[in-house]
Amino acid sequence: MDILNLLMGGFAITFEPLNLGLVIFGCTVGLFIGAMPGLGSVNGVAILLPMTFLVPPTSAVIFLAAIYYGAMYGGAISSIMLGIPGASTAVATTFDGRPMALKGQADKALIAAAVASFVGGSISVVLFTGFAPLLAEVALKFGPPEQFALMLMAFATFIGLGGDDIPKTFFSIMIGLALSAVGLDIISGEPRLIFFDLPGFFHGINFLVLAIGIYGIGEMLWTVEVSKGNVEMSKATVTIARTLAALKDIAKTWKTMLMGSVLGYFVGILPAAGATPGALMAYGIAKSTAKDPDSFGKGNVAGVVAPESANNAASTGSMLPMLTLGIPGSPTTAILLGGMVIWGLEPGPLLFVQHEEFVWGLIASLYAANFFALIINIAFIPAFIMVLKMPFTILAPIIFCLCVVGGYVPTQDMHDVWLMLIFGIVGYLMRKLDYPLAPAVLAIVLGPIAEPTMRQSLIGSHGDITIFFTRPISGAIMVVAILLLLMPLIKIYKNRNKANGGPEKTV
Amino acid sequence: MRRAELVMALCLAAFSVYLMIKSMELPVGWVRGEGPGGGAFPFWLGAGMLICCIAIIVRWAKRTSVQSQSTEPFMDKDTLRMFITIGGSLTVMIGAIHVIGVYFALPLFLMFYLRFLGRHTWRLTAAVAVAVPVFTFFFFEIALLKTLPKGFTEPLFYPLYDMFL
Amino acid sequence: MKKLGVSLLSLGVAAGVGLGSFVTTGSAQAAWEPKKPIEFVIMAGKGGGADKLARFIQSLIEKNKLSPKPFIPVNKGGGSGAEALTYLKSKSGDPHVVMATLNSLYTTPLRQPGLGVDIATFTPITRMAEDTFQLWVNSETSIKTVDDYVAAVKKAGPAAWKMGGTGKGAEDSLVTAMLEKKFGIKMTYIPYKGGGTVAKELVGNQINSTVNNPSEQVGFWDAGRSRPLASFTPKGKITGKFGAIPTFAELGYGDDMVYYMQRSVIAPSDIDDEVRDFYVGVFEKVYKSDEWQNYMKSKGLIPGWLTGKALTDYFVEEQAKHKELLMATGDIK
Repeated sequence: MDILNLLMGGFAITFEPLNLGLVIFGCTVGLFIGAMPGLGSVNGVAILLPMTFLVPPTSAVIFLAAIYYGAMYGGAISSIMLGIPGASTAVATTFDGRPMALKGQADKALIAAAVASFVGGSISVVLFTGFAPLLAEVALKFGPPEQFALMLMAFATFIGLGGDDIPKTFFSIMIGLALSAVGLDIISGEPRLIFFDLPGFFHGINFLVLAIGIYGIGEMLWTVEVSKGNVEMSKATVTIARTLAALKDIAKTWKTMLMGSVLGYFVGILPAAGATPGALMAYGIAKSTAKDPDSFGKGNVAGVVAPESANNAASTGSMLPMLTLGIPGSPTTAILLGGMVIWGLEPGPLLFVQHEEFVWGLIASLYAANFFALIINIAFIPAFIMVLKMPFTILAPIIFCLCVVGGYVPTQDMHDVWLMLIFGIVGYLMRKLDYPLAPAVLAIVLGPIAEPTMRQSLIGSHGDITIFFTRPISGAIMVVAILLLLMPLIKIYKNRNKANGGPEKTV
Repeated sequence: MRRAELVMALCLAAFSVYLMIKSMELPVGWVRGEGPGGGAFPFWLGAGMLICCIAIIVRWAKRTSVQSQSTEPFMDKDTLRMFITIGGSLTVMIGAIHVIGVYFALPLFLMFYLRFLGRHTWRLTAAVAVAVPVFTFFFFEIALLKTLPKGFTEPLFYPLYDMFL
Repeated sequence: MKKLGVSLLSLGVAAGVGLGSFVTTGSAQAAWEPKKPIEFVIMAGKGGGADKLARFIQSLIEKNKLSPKPFIPVNKGGGSGAEALTYLKSKSGDPHVVMATLNSLYTTPLRQPGLGVDIATFTPITRMAEDTFQLWVNSETSIKTVDDYVAAVKKAGPAAWKMGGTGKGAEDSLVTAMLEKKFGIKMTYIPYKGGGTVAKELVGNQINSTVNNPSEQVGFWDAGRSRPLASFTPKGKITGKFGAIPTFAELGYGDDMVYYMQRSVIAPSDIDDEVRDFYVGVFEKVYKSDEWQNYMKSKGLIPGWLTGKALTDYFVEEQAKHKELLMATGDIK
């Protein structure tokens, strides 16, 4: 019961007035940062890092954890309300969250996201408390072959996300992967695919540029076209009766939540994977195990619950390799890691021994941050709904402005804003022709992990591809991945035989 | 719609070919004892994309995909006008950022959109056109310390920095 | 939104205090002062050693209120720093940009001559320190000395012995090449994205050895998971616990097994002398702070304050050395 005592001690620290104030403040700020298209938890944490030097390290990390959680919740808000994922972790939330908002169920989707995030966060904190040191060792066993196998598995789960037009779906995945290769080939150290020798391509194509282009500008153009320029975006209202009814529906998805949380946590602790693949896999599994898989992508509440529980669980999970090994599981934890060094803490295996108070204060604050983020988020839902009720001709130009600013901020380069405009316009035209675009956005996130890990594995094995199958962990994941890859292909084939030439539908 | 499907597939095929050529700046083959070279990944992806485009064109020729059967126009007149006005005004705004900066380009765009496309009152238009840049300035530049491009209008902001930073 | 207002206010107050203290401590003559936030370009991506260091410096500036306007870190790590170098080149004469550099300052212009970057044209500000390299193995192995190491590599053969490092042509690969040449051994070099990942892969037994910087391995070393065999430094340069590691020279392998990672700050070309003096002043205060001195000690950095013409000469000299190294490895012709 030593751990329990430590955790209680952690809670005592969290509930000191200064720290509690920081948690609430951090959650609120994080929520707004996360809700902005283009700004996610990475930006929130990076930007507010210098502010933490005014307080002791434990308070500082509590503040940053609160921003992290607030931003994770906030990411779902822009995914649901605007259809623009604020960060890669929230891409999967748009699949069903956006259709729900369009059906007038924005309130339900927002509540579902908040509740699922809370459940995901809670379960992962319990798992974290119980198995931290043990799991840190598992994470060490994940070398390049295992990471590549894991990426393959992530691809396998979302191959079914595309439409029935197989060439277009594959095209979308491949163009996403190809765009992710732009910039630097880290293996040879050579610049690669510097189109027209523009220096802006040296830093590669940021996921956000593609996502804001497609989901921001492209989606807005599409909405303007469909609505002929003048409708309200959503007719949702918030009443207590509606909220209760929504909660009832959400409670029915507890199995999905549980699955998403556990899966998200375990994917999150693997180095370099982070929350995005976790959220994707959770969505894929929720869809393929549901009784009514066809309702996914059209506003099924389980499609919001699965990725949201997973991405929050994963963000707790990704703290584990950071604290125990000193390696970040996500870009956000990379910044946190930098912060810890500045506060004079040495992340690594000894942190748990030398700075017990800090570690358990952090874990307890994760939990508290989770709780307050839930409350604050729900409290702000009416305000968010109000925004949605603004006439579209006011909302649209404001969103365009946010997209432009949001596209500029991450790299501070106008090159990316132009690129975003091009992606937006081309994406809109492609969308009109039923090219599914979600696979491209996801591929650009996973590509930079998949390619180097594959090549590192092959350099290590001197070009012998059996390395992926002869190592036990990697082999097991590969087999699962290949089975998953074949499943939707068989399904698509069957469907095609069943309804040849039927109407084609894309996500 | 039918013509658009073909044109898009051809454009994407052209991009795929360009990608493959560009990838060839680095080794695209299998380096002995090392696995694929630096250009291999994008090169073969480009090849895959090209195959997809060919498949799309074949389906177009055989009229199996929905778009190749459709007789609807790809864009009707209203849509085209919308596309050109909004796409054009966005392009102009982004171009203007280089010259007059975010804080003058955004309000001009907002005024154009709200007043001439949305037909809102001047009062509302002015309110939004002032509120958005003011919010942007305080949120990004002061609270988050992210400087945005200002073009030649930059000196106008020095006193603001002195006041708030 | 109210909360945000509060934070704005507190930031404003903090900055106001900073301004006040600067005015009182500043010199009497009309010195140049920044008119807007200063872009602190980092020549590497987020989360790496260079990034951590630059953000640490920025935090010291912020914490001790050393500048009237904030330094804003901007990562431009694309193309091994090619992006940052072209950017700095385009900012000629701009007084509101400085850049934190690493050794890609030398190697990237050599490997990508198309950039047309001549590093001697940039305005030198200061060298803050020189980072060092050690040869590391997993502590589960029985390798305790460099001799053990060489024997183990020879026994395993070039295919089985895996050396981890950052990209080809980067610092780690140059140090590896030095090792290979000195001892007549061959290893399989696996490039990873950053030094932190490399360190973790060593502890996870995915690779057999590394040439990490101290800051990347210190956590694992303290925990008894990794073991340093020798430092790539001259004798007696490092203080603190990293000074206890024998150097290659001490072990009798000659004085040429030396390699540093420079940590300097530079500014664009053609800036006014007053502007340069302002930045030198800011970084001098950082350098003299207790925090920085302690950081250098605990992270095995060699103190190396250098400024003005001497720094430019140092850059030119180091670049010439790197040219030889890169030619020897075949990375350039």
